[in-house]
Amino acid sequence: MNNSRQIKHLYARAGFGIRFEDLHQHENWSVKKAAKKLFEASVQIQNIKVVTENLDLRYHPNQSEDEKKAIQEERNKQEKALNNTWMQQMSTSDAQLREKMTLFWHNHFACNIGNSYYEQQLNNIERANALGNFKTMLIQVSQAPGMLQFLNNQQNVKNHPNENFARELMELFTMGRGNYTEQDIKESARAFTGWQYDGKTASFVFRPGVHDTGVKTFLGNQANFCGEDIIDIIIKNPVTAKYICTKLYRYLVNDIPDDGHISQMADLFYKNNYEITPLLEFVFTADWFYDDKNIGNLIKSPVEFLVGLNRQFYVNYQNPDVLMQFQRTLGQVLFRPPNVAGWPGGRSWIDSSSLMYRMKIPSTILSAGIIDFNGKPTPEDQAYLAATKRQQFNVIKRTLTVPDWDRFFQKIPLKTPHPEIAQFMLEPTMSARVLDEVNSAPDIKTMLIQVVSTPEYQLC
Amino acid sequence: MERREFLKKTALASTALMMPAFLKPFEAFAADGSQLSGFKNLVVIQLSGGNDGLNTVVPYCDDIYYQKRKTIAIQQPNVIALNDMQGLNPNLAALKELYDQGWMSVINAVGYPNPDRSHFRSMDIWQTASDANQFLTTGWIGRYLDANNKAAQTPYLVIEVDDTLSLAMKGEKLKGIAVQDPNRLFQTTREPFFKNLIQQQHAAEHLSEDNLGYLYKTMIETYSSADYIQKTSKTYNVTATYPATGFANELKNVSKFINSGLDTRIYYVSLGGFDTHVGQMDQQGRQLKVYADAVAAFVKDLKATGKLDDTLIMTFSEFGRRVEQNASNGTDHGTANNVFVFGGKLAKAGIYNDAPSLTDLDSGDLKFKVDFRDVYATLLTKWLEVDNSAILTRNFAGLDFI
Repeated sequence: MNNSRQIKHLYARAGFGIRFEDLHQHENWSVKKAAKKLFEASVQIQNIKVVTENLDLRYHPNQSEDEKKAIQEERNKQEKALNNTWMQQMSTSDAQLREKMTLFWHNHFACNIGNSYYEQQLNNIERANALGNFKTMLIQVSQAPGMLQFLNNQQNVKNHPNENFARELMELFTMGRGNYTEQDIKESARAFTGWQYDGKTASFVFRPGVHDTGVKTFLGNQANFCGEDIIDIIIKNPVTAKYICTKLYRYLVNDIPDDGHISQMADLFYKNNYEITPLLEFVFTADWFYDDKNIGNLIKSPVEFLVGLNRQFYVNYQNPDVLMQFQRTLGQVLFRPPNVAGWPGGRSWIDSSSLMYRMKIPSTILSAGIIDFNGKPTPEDQAYLAATKRQQFNVIKRTLTVPDWDRFFQKIPLKTPHPEIAQFMLEPTMSARVLDEVNSAPDIKTMLIQVVSTPEYQLC
Repeated sequence: MERREFLKKTALASTALMMPAFLKPFEAFAADGSQLSGFKNLVVIQLSGGNDGLNTVVPYCDDIYYQKRKTIAIQQPNVIALNDMQGLNPNLAALKELYDQGWMSVINAVGYPNPDRSHFRSMDIWQTASDANQFLTTGWIGRYLDANNKAAQTPYLVIEVDDTLSLAMKGEKLKGIAVQDPNRLFQTTREPFFKNLIQQQHAAEHLSEDNLGYLYKTMIETYSSADYIQKTSKTYNVTATYPATGFANELKNVSKFINSGLDTRIYYVSLGGFDTHVGQMDQQGRQLKVYADAVAAFVKDLKATGKLDDTLIMTFSEFGRRVEQNASNGTDHGTANNVFVFGGKLAKAGIYNDAPSLTDLDSGDLKFKVDFRDVYATLLTKWLEVDNSAILTRNFAGLDFI
């Protein structure tokens, strides 16, 4: 049996898109076997270690302006290095599923603090637990200096609770709105008093002196709760499993929730004590995962879009800054979510500006911004094309991107017809319009650049 | 999208491509047969993060304010008095002149029943104009688009000066357009390959309700709007001086749009950074100064070009902060807040209603006296001249500031 459509879909969702070499010889595999291989390839955990110093430590009251400026420059360098290292890792790692899920948790536990040392630490926690146990990850994330700083738990002390962490823990990380009261937030905030971090060692510390030891009432339970107890109660509540599964369903399957499928996921997740791997195995082998309506209908996030392009065309960036510029233009800079709710995703990625940028970026990376055009050019078109050609050198100089076309073509079986190659690059079924372009393209490179510059290529 | 509606739209898009740009405004005019009444503009400014209203318009004669805010209260000598109860944060100094000219109105204690203290939920409530327990997926300005016949032909009837579009701007059938830089947007739409995709997009195969249909629809609308916005707005150069901030630059762009006679009724601009749980004085002060200096430049610019009488500016935030400060010299999420309105034709300038009570509280939070939807209703009915009940969830009586 030829499962190529299913396997392509699986790679689009469990990773950042398929390459010809992924499909080579795999198309006769069962979906189950292909999924198993994806999990096996993700057993390895490759920590990111590019940021080696916590520059917050170096802020002393007596620094000169020049010293402060120098530190700020170092911090900017760290931020770029961290961003770039992760982008490259997603683009090249064989642990595609782990990286894809790390990106999910990165958005779930959104944190924006401008301290790359803490961000890297949090990112590695998310990567290590991406396919492990949700509760373990939740506790580690909640005790990570980055998160404690971002949600002000450092300021959450006995006599003056700061409710920020408690609120977001329930609203965004676990149960979702409507499953707790304002009073539950107040009471649980008391339980998290004393959860702090030591800036010198960049590690969690519990400070009993500022912890509220009084009796708290939380979701109908009453005791002298500490933070771990609160997390326990939250985890024991099945609404948490449901909430996480709804979010995962929208990330991996379809942005229109299907209650039946989500309930199946949530039951399994809850029964397995929040183990993530069995849940994902279930999703990737479920018949409904391969339903037509679930194929090619998710809008790629900017990072998924860029990583997919890098991966499929083996793009090498000699000026990594450009990747961050693309992220900024498209509205998703890694480690810089807009707020604690993360990027809302789905259709919100697309509006008038972002769509046009997205369709222009592939040609910028692959061919100095040139999309050769098969139609009859008007004088305006001719002027535009001439201007783009003049710009060619500047675009190359600015982007410094090098796709590995040889490697790309090497993996395509000889004599594969153009429409077949085009359809391979796209998850939705190609429209007659795009097919026309494909058939009239003068050569395969032109055809490929056109195909990745379509609205269809924005979907996975 | 309905097939018929799609065909109508693509027809429009392709005509737009072939028609000389200077004819474009007449095309819209002729097709509809009716013209927009007057040239009134509304500029909505969103302060994101929950701006602390009590340190913005300071109840400087209220002892309780100073008792509850031991270290972060604005001290009396620094307050810019507006009347014998309230005054402005010193970082808002630039607004005093507007206030004295009668171009500014402060509406106190604006909120809604059963307030939500989550940024996202409360912002959704303000942007969708829903009740606290009601979840809407369309924004109030988006529904203004939906309800407006004119809008089907002019998605740029509402413009968000940003790279992305807020929920407030998204309707059921139509949405506004996000334009940070009209030139840049225009240039990206000129790509011949994209033009080819749009022009020859003859069948309705892609204009379904799914995400692919959504992408094609967005592409078509962008194409025609970018053309119009770029060509119209480049006819005017802003000569007034604005502060060198991103926010001021966005208002400068709005001035360019308004003064070039763009057929746009509502502009939407945001300024973030108001979530002040820690070290509020510096952080909020900085942002308030950015806000006030830019707004003052904008209002004076409009006055000079004769557009202030046709422009109304409204500023809101998703909630105010707790009355009592927290231990970190900040404030936590609260409820009711003040709303500012600016314009050359205010019916009631100055302090619109009483300052919020600091004694009659709802577990530490201010009680609201004015429903924010009454503010919207006023803008919709009295300024934009549409029936507010068709856009808001029910009919609101409105207020008397215009």
